[in-house]
Amino acid sequence: MAEFLQQVVGGLAAGSIYASLALALVLIYRATDVINFAQGEMATFTTFVAWSLMNRGVDYWPAFALTLAIAFAFGVGVQRALIRPVENKPEIVVVIVTIGLLIALNGLTGWIWGAEVKSFESPFPNTTREIGGVTISTRDLGTLGICFVTVAVLWAFFRFTTVGLALRSSAVNPNAARLLGVRVTWMLALGWGFAAVLGAVAGMMAAPSVFLDPSMMLVVLIYAFAAAVLGGIDSPIGAVVGGLLLGVIVDLLGAYVVSPELRLPTALLVLLVVLIIRPQGLFGHVAVRRV
Amino acid sequence: MSDRRLLTAAKLLVVAVLAFGIAILPRFLGEFRASQFTFVAIYFIALLGLNILTGYSGQISLGHGAFMMIGAYVGAILSLGRPGLELLGHEPASWLPLGDGMEPIFTLPIAGALTAVAGVLFGIPALRLAGVSLALATFAVAVSLPQLAKWDRLEDLTGGGGGIVLNLPATPFGLDISTRHWLYYQAWGTAAALFVTAWLMTRGRLGRAWRSVRDGEIAATASGVNGGLYKTLAFGVSSFYAGVAGALLAIEVSYVNPDTFPLTLSILLLASVVVGGLGSLSGVIVGALMLEFLPIYAQDPPLVPVAFSKQSPAVAFGALLILIMFLIPEGVAGLLRRMLRPFTNALVRRQNGGSPMPATPAGREEL
Amino acid sequence: MPLLELDDVEARYGPVKALHGVSLTVDDGEIVALLGANGAGKTTTLRAISGTVRKSGTLAFAGRSIARRSPESLARAGIAHVPEGRGLFGELSVWENLRMGAYVRGERKTFKQEAPRVLAHFPWLERRKSQQAGTLSGGEQQMLSLARALVSRPRLLMLDEPSLGLAPTVVAELFAIVRKLNADEGMSVLVVEQNANVALDSSARAYVLETGKVAVSGTSDELRRHEGVRKSYLGY
Repeated sequence: MAEFLQQVVGGLAAGSIYASLALALVLIYRATDVINFAQGEMATFTTFVAWSLMNRGVDYWPAFALTLAIAFAFGVGVQRALIRPVENKPEIVVVIVTIGLLIALNGLTGWIWGAEVKSFESPFPNTTREIGGVTISTRDLGTLGICFVTVAVLWAFFRFTTVGLALRSSAVNPNAARLLGVRVTWMLALGWGFAAVLGAVAGMMAAPSVFLDPSMMLVVLIYAFAAAVLGGIDSPIGAVVGGLLLGVIVDLLGAYVVSPELRLPTALLVLLVVLIIRPQGLFGHVAVRRV
Repeated sequence: MSDRRLLTAAKLLVVAVLAFGIAILPRFLGEFRASQFTFVAIYFIALLGLNILTGYSGQISLGHGAFMMIGAYVGAILSLGRPGLELLGHEPASWLPLGDGMEPIFTLPIAGALTAVAGVLFGIPALRLAGVSLALATFAVAVSLPQLAKWDRLEDLTGGGGGIVLNLPATPFGLDISTRHWLYYQAWGTAAALFVTAWLMTRGRLGRAWRSVRDGEIAATASGVNGGLYKTLAFGVSSFYAGVAGALLAIEVSYVNPDTFPLTLSILLLASVVVGGLGSLSGVIVGALMLEFLPIYAQDPPLVPVAFSKQSPAVAFGALLILIMFLIPEGVAGLLRRMLRPFTNALVRRQNGGSPMPATPAGREEL
Repeated sequence: MPLLELDDVEARYGPVKALHGVSLTVDDGEIVALLGANGAGKTTTLRAISGTVRKSGTLAFAGRSIARRSPESLARAGIAHVPEGRGLFGELSVWENLRMGAYVRGERKTFKQEAPRVLAHFPWLERRKSQQAGTLSGGEQQMLSLARALVSRPRLLMLDEPSLGLAPTVVAELFAIVRKLNADEGMSVLVVEQNANVALDSSARAYVLETGKVAVSGTSDELRRHEGVRKSYLGY
């Protein structure tokens, strides 16, 4: 039983990383109706930036904060420069733009920092704690904590601030928001900024265990997609719940049911089954058009 | 000759010139270059299928590479047959109808057909998914299928991580050309046949049905078009094309393993079909050429690596994709159409007796 | 100098021209009605004013040209456009919708100040503050939309077919509120309506649009007596 709980906690920690990235995807989707295929690469890029800062002697937490600021600016910049020019074009065009960004960033990351795998320090010691008879890794707790705090701060921002309200309004009905004086295009850019921040957090939490290389976030992105769709692609709660759930499921599958290579396909199979039964995901609102 | 026929004749002329060019090209090419153009044919076939799926029936697929993989494995297994597999040390289950090693004339259609079945099996439940979710589902397929190929339970059939190694076929019929050149003609011959088939499918009722489903499924259904049927059909057809392309690829590189068809291939296929121009077959050749010759990787043999090239070519390629989407989002085919519009408009005008559009109604009355 | 002045305004949706030279004015403190059948260009005229459609011609608000200004900046200048379809944020609560009405003047402070004033006209809104806006009835949504527009104390209120789909008593109530605000606070109103009767009851002047041009204009009394208008739009 203790071992089971240990697995669950480990799964939750990994799940909180998926949840953060999934929330980023949902945030962008709700704000701009776009699936940002480059979200993982953006996260990787910003994590490398953090690595460079720490390599130059900046302490962890200042580097962390600075990276978040850089990630925010990066997200805003990408939206204004790359997404805005094509925002009225058909869906497929925007998809290809994000794919182009994915490819370019992947190459850029390798170009600037080289392809060798690097190690990335974790702010939490590599120890364990005993809680209620269960041995839990401090790192796992720390990851859960950081992701939780980030999501909570973001939630509070959206719920309680004026800008947050304006952002939500812009996502729901951009034309009406404009008529009420909201600079909608800037709101969307903010959305991308926050999504990039979430991605950076996910990246910096994942890097210590998966090690830092240009393709680090690819698998995490896949899990994040799965989590977002599982929870409902337009539901932020769904992204968080989906991420945590998926993290636990994948962990338990890997430990008890299937061999490691099949973890990902099995998780995706679970996702496919859920989608077929409930196409809008657990919390989503998009209705199935029964024609 | 009527003007309509003139336009069609012009198009046929272009196609004939291209066909002629393709036919005599190997005379000027060495082995390596011939192989590269064989790859162009392979991508051409795959992109024809993807264009039908994404361009005509409007279903975004990020899993086309995975369907190519199915065709590749089926083709490889069938061309080896049971004796061939046993020679490699595999012992596939006895109930499987593997045959004794078939010629491409059989393996290609069978590979296509079996992949088409897989496509339909995927397409039916996928009907419930729209837009984003469908793209993500195909993404999931593209990622998981190669993993499945590594599964040890299937190892006797697929060769697990190591894959299957084929022998380079000898030129048949005693023709006096090298194997590489023969494979070139085999690929392009298949491509030509499949191009004509695609053209026939898309210009008729099938094409119109697909386009009506793409443009508005509810309206289509109201007009009596069974959206689900045509969407599933599109998956089947596009998977057939992917399967044939995959089987040809296995022959060309003489092996197939789980890493031959990574997610990046599916991504690049989608990007190429959009650059070529969705919903029109004329741009597909551009997409195929781009996929083969744009240096997003710098290695030999010219296959897509598992991760994108970690060099500046990837940056340039990504930037180029973005630029193309900014400037010509309708793809090369769309650009051609735009450039030729003055001419086609002139033809239409002559048909309508001098005015570009039907006459407007008389002016309003004053109150 | 009129508060709002349009002179020979043309507007198009892509290649289709919807307005072929519309001229109208709204004076400070007036209620003006814009009438016409479906497709005459009434909604397009409002969109031309609030900056959400491509247009050419002269448009001036409070003496300054507004032809090149964005919708957001026009909202800040004091033009409140309640679009057809109400433009509510369906997934947000009634209260959040109202708060957004104050956004244009600085949400927190303005809302605190103005909310009591607005709620006096719509007391039931406070009781429903947490309800999702999309779940309100059609009439309630229209009221909420109007209330939201009033929070920012606009100089010019533009209403697009407020009576659409509403019961006659609700319509009467709505127009009564508009008339009161116009009388008490001097808020100018430009109301687009297919229901000419109801509109002419409240407006001082009116314009009738037909296929993108002004066909008839005058005081509401004059229009009521006009034979063409009576036959086509008033039904008698």
